[in-house]
Amino acid sequence: MAHEDSELLPGETPVRFLDQDGRALDETRYPMPPLSELQAAYRALVVARRINEQCSALVRQGRLAVYPSSHGQEACEVAAALPLAERDWLFPTYRDAVAVIGRGVPPAEAMVLLQGDWHSGYDPREHGVAPQATPLATQLLHAAGFAHAAKLRGEDTVVVAMCGDGATSEGDFHEALNLAAVFGLAVVFLVQNNGFAISVPLSRQTAAASLAHKAIGYGMPGVRVDGNDAAALLAVMHAAVDRARAGGGPTLVEAHTYRIQAHTNADDDTRYRDRAEVQEWVARDPLIRLRSYLRVCDALSAAAEDEITAEAEAVAAELRDALQAEHVPDPEDLFRHVYAERTPRLEEQWAMLADELARDAESEHAESEHAEHEEAR
Amino acid sequence: MTRLTFGGALRSALHRALAEDDRVVLLGEDIGVNGGVFRVTDGLQAEFGPRRVIDTPLAEAGILGTAVGLAMHGFRPVVEIQFDGFVYPAFDQIVSQLAKMHYRTGGAVTLPITMRIPVGGGIGAAEHHSESPEAYFAHTAGIRTVVASTPQDGAVMLRQAIACDDPVVFFEPKRRYHVKAEVDERVDLRTALPLDRARVVAEGTDVTVVTYGAMTGVCLDAAAAAGDEGVSIEVIDLRSLSPVDWESVEASVRRTGRLVVVHEAARHGGFGAEIAATLTERCFPFLEAAPVRVTGHDIPYPVAKLEKHHLPDLDRVLDGVDRVLGRVAASPVSAEPAPATESLAVRTPEPVR
Repeated sequence: MAHEDSELLPGETPVRFLDQDGRALDETRYPMPPLSELQAAYRALVVARRINEQCSALVRQGRLAVYPSSHGQEACEVAAALPLAERDWLFPTYRDAVAVIGRGVPPAEAMVLLQGDWHSGYDPREHGVAPQATPLATQLLHAAGFAHAAKLRGEDTVVVAMCGDGATSEGDFHEALNLAAVFGLAVVFLVQNNGFAISVPLSRQTAAASLAHKAIGYGMPGVRVDGNDAAALLAVMHAAVDRARAGGGPTLVEAHTYRIQAHTNADDDTRYRDRAEVQEWVARDPLIRLRSYLRVCDALSAAAEDEITAEAEAVAAELRDALQAEHVPDPEDLFRHVYAERTPRLEEQWAMLADELARDAESEHAESEHAEHEEAR
Repeated sequence: MTRLTFGGALRSALHRALAEDDRVVLLGEDIGVNGGVFRVTDGLQAEFGPRRVIDTPLAEAGILGTAVGLAMHGFRPVVEIQFDGFVYPAFDQIVSQLAKMHYRTGGAVTLPITMRIPVGGGIGAAEHHSESPEAYFAHTAGIRTVVASTPQDGAVMLRQAIACDDPVVFFEPKRRYHVKAEVDERVDLRTALPLDRARVVAEGTDVTVVTYGAMTGVCLDAAAAAGDEGVSIEVIDLRSLSPVDWESVEASVRRTGRLVVVHEAARHGGFGAEIAATLTERCFPFLEAAPVRVTGHDIPYPVAKLEKHHLPDLDRVLDGVDRVLGRVAASPVSAEPAPATESLAVRTPEPVR
């Protein structure tokens, strides 16, 4: 496929509709999404922020083992899921729980991984969402393969594949973009460039002018977008999804954003980030920006805000309730689903573990009887 | 019955799989117009079209990773890795993704992917073209690892692998590609020997030799030679390295009381260690001697002109048989001489040189 360079190179500035105070800018490269969609996006943003806050709190309470928060990046999370049709698929990373929930996965099922109950808590086929990937960029190849399958089946399914700036240094990123472009697959690669891969800054990931500049090397368009401007993200993602659905092939979207919190609760970001820099990005909060714009447009009443807040609280309560319940996974699950059918050796190993558990239970019982006996004396 | 080479039998299996099941697609480097560097896919693209027999970019991780996506959306991909030494870039996708997806998703996602990998040496190839990486894969839970060694097994086992809902690493010994035999291409998979079962390829009573792949031929030659000298060797072609058909192998070792394991791969951490250890655990009271391993050396694969010194041959297998029969006092291959009866006595440590 031959392209003019100008079609593939990103613009000199990221696509941006709203300034950081929510004032409309003169952006002519894409049409502004309709107000109804921005209202839906705002609702999703508020819910997303509440999920992030609730999950961080649940880590502090010991209810979640870990939570890589997308606080500050919620506009990207929302714009990854909103433009997709039901038949489309999302290939998320560990930081994309909010996008996963945005596709309709129940919040409690989305948290199973981070709770340590199982590696993936939802059925991917039910929601069109692949399991969250913990290694970097591996899922981008799965996304390309899925889109290849859709193409071979004659479907117009679109796949959104998510990753961060650090993942663009991985070999799988390169192979996935190359394969998707060579086969003309319906994949939108959404890179959330939040400036850091844990502690390592973008300058250590690439010497390219931008991550979106990599697209031209594969023969696909690269687009830079303000990752804290939900309106711009939705416009860019819709265009990329529409292009893919129409058979136009893949697009690389680089969203400039910032991770407001540390990598996870186990990370200390004061070791590598200046507080002033974090504060600059707090001021660019995607929620405040869209809220201001909608208020100016008279598209967000106080009543609507109350309703949205109540919805977000309900989701948070659902999460709290689900994670308060003590749930101990069944040890036999260890041996289920290793293969389509359990092998004789796995049967043997389960029998061995079952025996260990039975003896543990026996000695616990004997100990408690002994304690009761001592107490009686 | 048709007279086919091992490679031709594999091609016949692929042809049948493509014809019988629309979900089967072939992916690999040079598998289309070129028919694969070993010609196993010869003519298949012409017959089934470029949407079923797909030439990919040169990207092994990419081939495996996209096969995962294809399988997630209903296909049964059969991937060709051009040479054993080129599978390593795909290793992460195989070990971390392919092997674990069914488990991670609690059984919701199955990945019926077959990975065809030409394996082993003895063909005078340049470096990275003669490796025996089977232990890496057999060690990985969630994938099956099999090795076919005859045209008939090639024809049947490849169809079984493609029909299997688990990911299967399917090794094809390069030295066997041109071996010819009569093949029944129409074997009913429901009545065929299951994919995870071993096959006794020569019956015997004195020593059990467990092997797989190209070494099956070498061990059969050794059994014939030993038979001339009055030693009766049972040769078992393991066929499946994960899972292993312990029942069959164990039954043989209990009868013979002596075990020799033969493979091309290096000894250290090699698959023979698993065979020897498990059978020692299971058959200890029946063993007349410690199991013996006959393997390649613990070296990177050597140059073509020296590979004959690396690969186990007829003599090395017969030496192993002699050792397990106690016919040689101390093995030149074994580092430690067998301890004498006074081994419990306190011995003065030898000086460190």
